[in-house]
Formats: sequence, C-alpha cells, structure tokens
Amino acid sequence: MINFAYTRATGIADAIKEKVEANGGGQFLAGGTNLVDLLKENVARPARLIDINRLPLAAVEPMSGGGLRLGALVTNADTAYHPEVQRRYPMLSRAILAGASAQLRNMATNGGNLLQRTRCYYFYDVATPCNKRQPGSGCPAIRGQNRVCGVLGTSAQCIATHPSDMCVALAALEAVVRVSGPQGERSIPIAEFHTLPSNTPHIENTLSPDELITSIDLPESPYAAHSVYTKVRDRASYAFALVSVAAGLELDGDTIKSTRLALGGVAHKPWRLPAAEALLTGKPATKESFLPVAEALFAGAQGYEHNAFKIELGKRAVVRALTLAAKGTAAIHDVNGQTADA
Amino acid sequence: MSLLKSILGTAVNTDAAEHLGKPTRRVDGPAKVTGAAKYAAEFNVPNLAYGVIVSSGVARGTITSINAAEIEAIPGVLKVLTHENAPKTAWLDRSHRDQISSKGGSPFRPLYQAELQYSAQPVALVVGETFEIARFAASLVRVEYDEKPHETDLHANQAAAHPPTDNSGGYTPAPKPRGDAESAFEKAAFRVEAEYSQPSEFHNPMESYASTCVYGEDGKLTIYQKTQGVQNCQAYVCSVFGLSKKDVQVISPYVGGGFGSGLRPTYELYLAVMAATALKHSVRVSMTRQQMFSFSHRPEAVQQIKLAANGDGLLDSVTHHAFEETSRKEEFLETVVNWSGLLYTCPNVSLVHQLVNLDVASPESMRAPGAATGIFAFESAIDELAYQAKTDPLEFRRKNYAEKDQNLDKPFSSKELRACYDQASERFGWQGRPLEPRSLRKGSDLIGWGVSTGCWEAMQQKAEVKAVLTADGKLTVSSATSDIGTGTYTVMTMIAAEFSGVAMENVSFELGDSSLVYSPVEGGSWTVASVGSAVKSVCEELRAKLFKLAGKMDGRPLGGAELADVTFVNGEVRVTKDPVKSVTYAEVLEAAGLDKLELDTTEQPQLIKRATHGCYSHSAVFAEVSVDEDLGTIHVTRVVSAIAGGRILNPMAARSQILGAIVWGISMAMAEEGLMDHGLGRCMNHSYAEYHVPVNADIHDIEVIFVPEHDEIVNALGAKGMGEIGIVGVASAVANAVWHATGKRVRSLPITLDKLL
Amino acid sequence: MNLATANASPPATQFVTLTINGQQRHLEVAPWTTLLDLLREYLDLTGTKKGCDHGQCGACTVLLDSKRVNSCLVLAVAKDGSQVTTIEGLAAPGSELHPMQQAFVDCDAFQCGYCTPGQICSAVGMIREGHAETADDIRELMSGNLCRCGAYPNIVAAIEKAMDATRARLSV
Repeated sequence: MINFAYTRATGIADAIKEKVEANGGGQFLAGGTNLVDLLKENVARPARLIDINRLPLAAVEPMSGGGLRLGALVTNADTAYHPEVQRRYPMLSRAILAGASAQLRNMATNGGNLLQRTRCYYFYDVATPCNKRQPGSGCPAIRGQNRVCGVLGTSAQCIATHPSDMCVALAALEAVVRVSGPQGERSIPIAEFHTLPSNTPHIENTLSPDELITSIDLPESPYAAHSVYTKVRDRASYAFALVSVAAGLELDGDTIKSTRLALGGVAHKPWRLPAAEALLTGKPATKESFLPVAEALFAGAQGYEHNAFKIELGKRAVVRALTLAAKGTAAIHDVNGQTADA
Repeated sequence: MSLLKSILGTAVNTDAAEHLGKPTRRVDGPAKVTGAAKYAAEFNVPNLAYGVIVSSGVARGTITSINAAEIEAIPGVLKVLTHENAPKTAWLDRSHRDQISSKGGSPFRPLYQAELQYSAQPVALVVGETFEIARFAASLVRVEYDEKPHETDLHANQAAAHPPTDNSGGYTPAPKPRGDAESAFEKAAFRVEAEYSQPSEFHNPMESYASTCVYGEDGKLTIYQKTQGVQNCQAYVCSVFGLSKKDVQVISPYVGGGFGSGLRPTYELYLAVMAATALKHSVRVSMTRQQMFSFSHRPEAVQQIKLAANGDGLLDSVTHHAFEETSRKEEFLETVVNWSGLLYTCPNVSLVHQLVNLDVASPESMRAPGAATGIFAFESAIDELAYQAKTDPLEFRRKNYAEKDQNLDKPFSSKELRACYDQASERFGWQGRPLEPRSLRKGSDLIGWGVSTGCWEAMQQKAEVKAVLTADGKLTVSSATSDIGTGTYTVMTMIAAEFSGVAMENVSFELGDSSLVYSPVEGGSWTVASVGSAVKSVCEELRAKLFKLAGKMDGRPLGGAELADVTFVNGEVRVTKDPVKSVTYAEVLEAAGLDKLELDTTEQPQLIKRATHGCYSHSAVFAEVSVDEDLGTIHVTRVVSAIAGGRILNPMAARSQILGAIVWGISMAMAEEGLMDHGLGRCMNHSYAEYHVPVNADIHDIEVIFVPEHDEIVNALGAKGMGEIGIVGVASAVANAVWHATGKRVRSLPITLDKLL
Repeated sequence: MNLATANASPPATQFVTLTINGQQRHLEVAPWTTLLDLLREYLDLTGTKKGCDHGQCGACTVLLDSKRVNSCLVLAVAKDGSQVTTIEGLAAPGSELHPMQQAFVDCDAFQCGYCTPGQICSAVGMIREGHAETADDIRELMSGNLCRCGAYPNIVAAIEKAMDATRARLSV
C-alpha cells in the first residue's frame, strides 16, 4: 500500500477542488470496499485520498416527475432494503442483494458501485501484465484463465468484465448518473456511463477528470410487477456473476408491451441491446418468444478457452429470467435477491 | 507396565465410561468465542518489528537484481533480506528436512539462491518498524529476472512420469500386482475404462501462516508459530540455523486450521527466525492470503482406471494408474492407488503410482491425502461399472464386499462397513432408487442420488505424556501436540478424567509448546490413537501409584482392599462395594508428604497386534443433488454419512469433524480448483474471492451416523481418528449423484455448471 | 521509480476519537492503517481476526456504529467519532457470555475458532438488521463469513438458538 495522504472533504465543491488540486493523483474515498482492496494489491496508487463520506449525498428522495433519487453515498444495503426501492424497483433491490456479502453491502455506496473495477485475475495481480492496469503491457487473460472474463464487446487489448450486479439492474432501469465537476453539474445516462475496452481498457467510464458522482436517478418504471434479477455463479452466494440478467416486462394481459433486459458478467459494461428487447413487443410472454431475443443478445459473441460456455449459459439465463418475469415479481419470492421458482 | 495394563486396561471398552462417549462441549470454547484465544500473530510484545514477504513473479529463471539498498533507505525500514545478503544456514539438505519431508529431497530454502524454483516463492523479506511501513516498502521492491522456460502442466508432461524413488512417513508404495488384471479385463462381461482428473487444491485455513519470533535478551528465541507440530518446527529451526534446542521454544496454543498445510515448517518461520537473529530483534512475519497459495497444496492428479466385472456382477479386474505432480526438488508422496486393491474383493489387481516433476512448490498432505484423490476416481469408476452391470450401485458394493485386506492378505482389525451401508441407506431412503439416470425430478430440477465408500488408515505413532497431580487434587496432563480445531484439548481432558478419576473441571491438558514432552505432529487422524493412548497409560499409572500410596496410609482408609476392588472417581479412591471407605487424592498426597505426583509415559504403537491386521476406518456416504437442467447449477441438498471409526470418544466434536469434512468433500466436488496459467506458470485465482470454498448458503442437510466398532487391536483406546475419514468418498458420492440426476458423467473435478451445459 | 527522488516517507498521522467497546479512545493513526490493524497491532484487541485482509472472508467483522462491516477495508482515520464493538466487547468484562457466544459453545459451532469472532459479530449484526427469519435466510445472510472448518450447519443452529435472546438484548 502506497503512502497516500488523506483529507476529509467538507462539501461537494471542496471535494472537487481538492481533487483538482491533487492534479491527477487524487481519488475519492467512499465505502472503500473496492478501493482499499486495490490499495492493498498495489493496483491503486493514489497520492491522496479525499474522503467524501461526510458529504450530504446519503438520502433516497422522491424526484419531481415521479422518479427516485438515490444519493451517491447511500449504502448498497440501505438502498436494497429501502421500502420505495423494494416496491417500485424490485429488480434493483434484488440485484444489490445478489451481490457481495451483507458486510460489504453495509459499507459499499451507490456511487462506488458504479466505479467498481474488474475482477479479472490479471488486473488484480501486479506481477502479471495487464493493459487495463498498465497500458501496453498485454492481456494474458485472452489465452489464460478467463472464466471470469467477457464474451461480448471484448477487444484484442482487454476481455475484462464489469463485476457489478447493481449496475445491471440500473442499466435495465435506464438510470441516470448525476455528476458534479469543475465545469458544473451534468447527467449521464447509464448506457453512456460505462465504456467498452477497445484500445483504451484503462478507461472504464465517461466521467471527466475530477467529476464526482452525486446521485443515481431512477425514472418511473412500469416494470415493478414483472421484474427479476437472475444471477448464475459458481457458488450459492458471495461470488461474482458468471452471467446475470436483469429483466423487466410490461404486460398487457399476456401480451408484452415493452421489455428491458440487461446482462452482467459478460462484458466490460452492463450489456443492453434495445433492438433485441423490441423483438418482444406485441408478442405473448412465452419461451418461444424469448428464444430469439436470447439469440439476438449474443449475436457476435466471442468465447475464449475457459468462458465460451457463457454464450450458451447466457442465452438460457435470458430465457429463464424472462420466464420468471412473466410469472410476476411477487411469484418469485426470495428476500435474498436470488431468483427461485415459486 | 504390561501387568498394570492387564489389570486396568479392561476399562477401555466398558460401557460404564463416565466421560468417554458422552457429547462434551469444548473446554477451549469460551476462549474461542470471546476472542481470548491467541493465535500466532496475536502475541504482541514491545518493540516488535514486522516482516513482509516479497514473492516472485515468475516461475523459473534467475534473479538479476533487487533494489534492496533503495528500499533500506526508506525511513522506518530496518532490513531487506534477499538471497544476496541472507545469512548462511545449514549447508546440507538433510539439515533442512523435517519429520514429514521425503527422505531424500532438497527442501525449499527461502532466499538461498538467485535461481527460482516456482512462481510466488519468497524472494525478499522487508522488515520495518511497523507493519504498514514494511508493507509499503515491500510494494516498492523491484526484482529483475532472467526468465527461463518452465513446465507447470501435468497433462502436457505426463510422458515424463516416473515411479517414486524416495520415501516418506505415512506413504505406502503401491502393492505388487495380484492375478492378471489385463487378461481378466479383456475377458470380462462388463468393463469401464476412464480417466479422471483433479486440479491442485489449496488448504487455505482461515488463519494465515504467521510467526512471531521473540528475540530474548540472552539471544534465546520464543517463537509463537502457526503449525501442526511445535517440536517439528523447533527441530527444524535448530537444524537450519545451528541453534540449540534449549535456546528455541516454539509455542502454538491455538491454530486457526491446518488440514495438513502446517505439518511441515512453513517458509515464514524460516524468514522470521532469519530476520530476528540477523537484527537481534523480535520480528513477526505473516503470510498474505495470496501467499497462502505459494507453498503446500493437494497435488494435481490424473488417474486412469480400468475395471471389469463378470456376468454375476463380481469385480474381476482393477487397474488404477495415478499420475501426480510434485516439485523438481522433492517427491511428495501420498497413498493414492492402494485403496483400489482394498475396498472390494478382486482377484486381479494392478496399481501404479507415478510422479511428474514440475516447476511448482512441493505439494503437501491435504485432508485425507491420497485417499480423497484416489477414492474419488475409483468410486466413480465403480459406479460406472455397477451401471454397466445394471446393478444398483449400493448392491454392487455389498456384493463385492471385502472381508479381508487383500493388499496385505490380513484380516481387518474391525470393519463395520456393512452396517454403515445399512444404516446410512436406511436413513437416506435409498431403497427404491431408480437405476436409470434422469429418473427423479422435483419441480423443474433434476434430482440424483449417489453413493460411495470411504476408507482411511487407522494409524498410531509413538507419543509421550506427562501427568502432574498437585496437592489441591488438580491434574495437569501435557504433551507437545496441537489442537488444530479437532478438539484435542477437550478429548485429552476427557481421557485424562476418565482414566485418572479426577473430575473434568479439575483436569487441564496442555499442548502446543515444544518444551512439553514428545508428540508427533498432529496429522493423519492419529492424535487420539497416539497421544490419547499415552494419556490413558499415564493416568492408569497414576491410579496405581495413588492406590499404592493409599495402602501405606495410617488408619488404612481402604481397609486393605485390592486394586481390583476399588474405583477411582471424582478425585477419590473408593472401595467399590463399600464406598464409605474412601480417600481423596489430596489426602493421599498429603499423607505421603508430597506436594505433587508426577508421571511420564511413552506409549508405543501396538505393533504386534497391528502387524497381523489391516487397520482402517470406513464410511458409507450417500448424497442427493438437485440440478437446474437449463443453467447447470448444482446444489448438494442432502448428505448422509455413516462412519465406522472405532470408538467415538467425544461424539460432539467427532460429529463436527465429520460435518466439516463432508463440507470439504462437497467443496472438492464442486468448487476447489487452483487455476494455473501455464503460460506464466502461476496460479491466478489466489484469493478467497476467486478460489472458491463453500459459503454457508452452499451447505444444506448433513447427517452423521456413527456405527460402533469394538477394536482392541488398533490402539489401547479403540479409536480410529476422525479428521480424514469424513471427506473420503464425498466427492465421488456427489459425482455419482450428479450422473444419476443428469446422465452426465463428469470425470474432472470440480463439477462446475459449465460441465453440465 | 527512482526512490531517491520519490517521497517515500510514511504519511502524516492524524488524531481520531473512536469509542471501542464503550471506551472512548483518542488515537493517533496514519491514513494507511486499517481499523483491523489498529485493533490488532496497536490496541492489542486481537479477538478480531485477519483472514484475507481483502473483504473476502468476514473473519474481521466488527460492529461499526452498530452495523456489521469488514474492518480490514475500513481506514481508521475515516471513522473519527464512530463506535466500534468487537468480540471482546459483546459481553461486559467478567459477566456471562453473550447469548450468541454461549450458543456457539453449546452447538459446537466452530472448530479452529479463527472465523468465530467474525461469525458471532456478523450474526449479532444480522439480527439487528432484521431480515433473517428462516434457516435459509440465515445461510444466505451469513454467507459473508467463510468457515474453512465447515461448521456451517452448527453455526446456523447456534444462530437460530440465540436469535430471540439476541433480539431481546437489542431492544433494551
């Protein structure tokens, strides 16, 4: 762990000012669940940590116009168990509860969750090359141990995935990330927040330098009654997703009016394909309708030695998630965020 | 001694035991639930320095430079030890060997030379005034290498396999072939030929290896060490660093899990002692979790098995050929294939165990070493053969039941395996299990039932125990063994109370200190058999001595009773038929003018009785799995295991041992896998996040049945040990259940969901 | 990196006030000291265990402002003004065991004992959170605490046994 300096920001403007002053060497400290881990691995080597935990960003508030604003510093646990989140965005609640452990969810914040780094083994091991950690050093994952890596939107430089569960649900819900920076405030649609690796895998999102996430805004959602988060992993809990699917259906009787689908564990960002979702519009909510959507989502997927199975698994998980969503959120009762047949 | 035994030794198998056989809470329980129990890295002494280990990034090659001088200039850094400046240690390999290492190998010596032996080996130790400074400085160490090609892939190097040339304690070479397995196979009605594989697995006890080496003013070392053998560590430190035993004390009252990883001295001990003696300063060195993947592990194995049965479903041919990895410099030896000649009656058997040297750390025993590996493959193949013969797999096992140890051509000391099959299958509800796979469903999930036999050798080692009865009637019994979570403190207290007649609350058992009398390392499930038998002996001697002293007392409180006429209970000698006539131990000591009574006994294995028998524990394991057919996710929903493990001394701790071992078996079946990048020659999932072991949510109903065995041959207590037997056969029972659920035979562990898609 | 020109000095310490097991402590800590290391290496409160040091095992679980957290991922300097309860502070010194501690002993819910303080703190934190009702809930919500000895069935039994008594303690 590097010999960083520590300061505690007193306000949003102060935090941004300190970050600017750190001249690229500063990092914000919120829940610390990923950052402190990366400090110990010598992957993160900031000159200064700017503690933002005392900023007034820890509220869940209704928004004018009907949405819900999740403060950037609200913990994952408080978000998942918030009655309004559970009632209006059960997919999000379940996605959060499917991730990490109770302890980590008590610490991790919503803003930090957006900025989680990949769990690719090579990124975490500073004795090995990694283009994301050290641009130009190479990507051993492509020919190495890539079970945890992606099959969609990968590049010749990087095949890492974004590890978040929460972000998958946020993508399906079309959340908006509000940020504040030296140039003022702005909003970034979640679909535009995370990036694909292409030739710059060290860049993972569209935040400008020194911008601070202040909230995640959830628009009104017609999907609460038919929402699901299906997570497939190597053990029953406390493991990152091999594949996960956030699915929401808006139904008119048995007919699908609209669909939201996002995939986790398969790409450098939560994976969405609105064109695939549109295939379901006007269709009955049956397996026959769902299969082509699964195929469309994985069109062009590229598997590697140890993760090619994710393509078939992902398709099946999509069909499973949609099938469960059609049954209705209430039918998939599982307080712990895992889907189970009712 | 022998006369005494004939008089008092009969108590062993009576049902009148006061403590033995009764579920007893751990005597160290309160210390463990309050945080009072101190582990190796928790002995805080003034002015302690911290050593942080720097690990290599490449598997093979030569270190060309290390920026040690730069690092030593960092404020707060006391020393950087590397191969360039490390003080010399003993020259000969034999000085670096310990009780457990193979007899002829070259044990790994940290910071010995520029040549690398494996990836993640220690290459420097940074000692700082605080842990944080040392960690910071270690992060700035830059090591340059001249890399050379390495080989870490067992499958790719199988052609280089060779028979073991070395030996080590606990290893039994494969028996000579019997009959003609090959021609029997060719002629048989039913045949199975298959290859099974299992990856490297890492012990990963919850507590990382740590050494707090306290440097005394007189240069003496007091070392608080995580280990399964304090005296093994003491002897190693003395031998490697040329120190005298009186100047090195190794202490280890609590051990946060071992599972075999602490049988041998670990490299942080070497580094801590080197730093402490070089700096004349107390030093603590702890491994990181990542470094817990950088030494001992269960070796990767490939196993080729051919089985055949005749038209009546009788096993007629067994061929089992195992290839296991070892390091370049040592042969790690575990008994893998012998079980296949032992478990069932079979006239034609050919067993071969071979090694492949790779650029990896030396493997080491991991819970049920060899048996967990070999029996997984063999019991999977037996299941395949039973299906070929269209016979229920339990029926097939019963039909081929072995009535004697065919490897040794000797009877078993005891073997209640048949009762294990009966009781566990009854409890599981096996009867009526459909033969065909994919026959059972629950909702949309596929259900499968599998069975396996398990076996482990019941061993005994020499051990010494000291007993001190003080004038207040309290008894302290001691031996330099360990409690790695197995319940040693508790069971030894029970045995001592049972055979001394001192009440449990007045007995204490001391362990984990090299200054105590001799004990073997805690391993192989032999601790109760070895140390426990010695505790029994010493307490029996104590009773005889007390009786003799009581006879000399004025007023003859026992009225001239013979030894056979008295009972020793609750700190008193009583005339059994006239309990009014009694005398307390305290009174006996007082009358004799003694402030304490001290006895010391060494118990040798019952070699004569054991030599004519095969001594093993057995198990029958039944598992149920539920498989999501679409997604491949597997849940082990139920396990019932019946254990024939001799006499059960503390059923509470014994059950916990078996429960835990079943969790280990589930883990072996479903989760554990060191993921090697052969390009880098490095294990990549070196963390608890990515090297999966079960979490609470993975574990469902587990039931343990103990089938009583009366065995006077294995040892004086009739106990066979609980640490290993519970895991053996679990992975095969699960694999067999997965096949029964899905019709897919997964022959490579772990059975991850992708293998079922 | 040329260390001769780099800043390789330890970072400046800062003062924080923490209430640990009911006792207010004024402490001088460096930013790089985690709450876990502060407890174990500076305050000799070694009941809180270091299992992985990366938030992957739960052995370091303590109650921070009544919530269970992984103390290995908490920078002590950031928690000025907080309350910390460790295994040593669950029951008052010299008094009888906390019901959860007693249940762990009674149910043999541990073997080596190294994960045990974290399991117990986590269980108490879980009961306070109020989302665990069934054994399945307990299994899921205790999955952040690895037990390599595999004592899980007994851990679940102990928690079920101590749940009511633990709840009763929380409400007073």
